Amino acid sequence: MTAGARPGSEGEKRDLDALLGGIAFCRFLGIVAERRDGELALVLPFAQHLVGNPILPAIHGGVIGALLETTAIAQLVFELGGTKLPKPVDINIDFLRSGRPVDTFARARITKLGRRVVNVHAEAWQDTNAKPIAALRGHFLVSSEANAPA
Amino acid sequence: MPEKDAIHARPGMLLTAVPFAAALKMAVLEIAGPRVIAKVPYDAKLVGNPETGVIHGGVITALLDNACGIAVAGATGMPGTFATLDLRIDYMKPATPGEDIFAFAECYKVTRNIAFARGTAYQGDRDDPIATCAAAFMLATKSALGANLAPKRAAP
Repeated sequence: MTAGARPGSEGEKRDLDALLGGIAFCRFLGIVAERRDGELALVLPFAQHLVGNPILPAIHGGVIGALLETTAIAQLVFELGGTKLPKPVDINIDFLRSGRPVDTFARARITKLGRRVVNVHAEAWQDTNAKPIAALRGHFLVSSEANAPA
Repeated sequence: MPEKDAIHARPGMLLTAVPFAAALKMAVLEIAGPRVIAKVPYDAKLVGNPETGVIHGGVITALLDNACGIAVAGATGMPGTFATLDLRIDYMKPATPGEDIFAFAECYKVTRNIAFARGTAYQGDRDDPIATCAAAFMLATKSALGANLAPKRAAP
């Protein structure tokens, strides 16, 4: 079950917005949650300070990486609960298309849930999710309390 | 190479030509051919975990990506004509809150189409990194436009 695969409720959107609003770097980037086509996604509205290549112009790869990593973390908090944020162990980002100066969307799904480590996939897109601009695969350490049944 | 100097290669300069690097106050400290040292000063707005004050992984991603890009420009003398294909980051330990983050990056192989770079993010000691990375770059994207940004060819 993932946020991307089921309709997100208003309550879930509020929870995600509270999580994102509590993270200074997410506020700096401007990442928010949005219900889109009946699904929850993270949204990075375009802003001038996110540009990495002013000639194209294109969004900085680090910004897209940060969006994908945040989406993965939000997905883990969303699904696993717990009070501690998961820690990234390693991430691998494929840059598939240039990030144009428009809004970018992202969602993530858990590929494998282990007791200590979780494998997560995340994708970012602009016009349509059929044409992702970047994809992330990563491992995150989750605290054992996060996985304990409530 | 004045072209390269104009864009990247002055130690001490802020990367003002790159808006996001400027927003992070990223600066180049040293550059020698394919090797570069860059820095992002600690700032409360970069925090990714409000409980611990640790900087967001995305800041390290941006710093390492940018430092590797500068290393590729230094190795090839072709600033701005390449695109990051992929970037792998291994997080060794959390960054210490309040301390600046440095990145050492080197481009260690250039082929006709691809350049390979690796980097290390650290605080006090480069041998005790907070993260390492490996990246591949596609070279000579001649139009200076991403393939998906180039104007559509007119129908014949």
